[in-house]
Amino acid sequence: MSAMSTAPAPVELERPDAAEDVSADRPWLAIVWNDPINLMSYVTYVFQAVFAYPKAKAEKLMLDVHHKGRAVVANGTREEMERDVEILHSYGLWATVKRDD
Amino acid sequence: MSHVKKTRHGIRVRLEAEEVALLRALMEQLLGLLGDAPGEDDELASMGIAENATTPDDPVLARLFPDAYRDDGKSAEEFRRYTEMGLRDGKREAAGTVLASLSGGPGSDIVLDEKQAQAWLRALNDVRLALGTRLDITEEWYEEAESMTADDPRAPMFAAYDWLTSLQESLVRVLW
Repeated sequence: MSAMSTAPAPVELERPDAAEDVSADRPWLAIVWNDPINLMSYVTYVFQAVFAYPKAKAEKLMLDVHHKGRAVVANGTREEMERDVEILHSYGLWATVKRDD
Repeated sequence: MSHVKKTRHGIRVRLEAEEVALLRALMEQLLGLLGDAPGEDDELASMGIAENATTPDDPVLARLFPDAYRDDGKSAEEFRRYTEMGLRDGKREAAGTVLASLSGGPGSDIVLDEKQAQAWLRALNDVRLALGTRLDITEEWYEEAESMTADDPRAPMFAAYDWLTSLQESLVRVLW
């Protein structure tokens, strides 16, 4: 391919993937783990209350926790994720912070 | 057991006298488990920073205040140092909210605003976490409870757990 066939600038501009860019700035995750005590309805309620997720998204995350044993419920900076996990602990959910790899 | 109802005046919870007594006893046990708030002369503690930040030996406390990092003991300890005292305060406060709303006479209706109902949810959940951890509850606990004989020493705890579960479920339903 010839460098002259197209103007390089627009190609360069289009290349970075928006989603990738976000994840580069948000490399930490908040994870909720399944446990036999927390009620499915309560866990859904907590996801709605803490993250203001719509009910459908909160329910999907809850089912992921239930069936897969865990789910990533948020991503962001380390400080943000520690804050989220602290709030989840205040509701009694079993949550941890992890670097996204 | 659905004695929880949303009304014009707030969320109404109807409990029998013995249910009030049970709930009060459970909340007091939770407060006992959480321990006293630190004294004012403790400077670090007054800023919400704990001196001891190791994972609690008691499995119930370890469940109420889980490690925030799974494979990084140092980060887990740092997190605990700066958060556990505040979390304990919040849990004490929620249990206190429940106890305060039980102070009416026997048979009287309990009416909660949204904020109080949320505190109830968290405190009920904390007691369920404590009982469930002591009972070593599994996903199949319900079948286990069904086959349990009345003279099983765990039966009263299971009954309390079961009752708290349905109370919490009804409360979640009206808050949705």
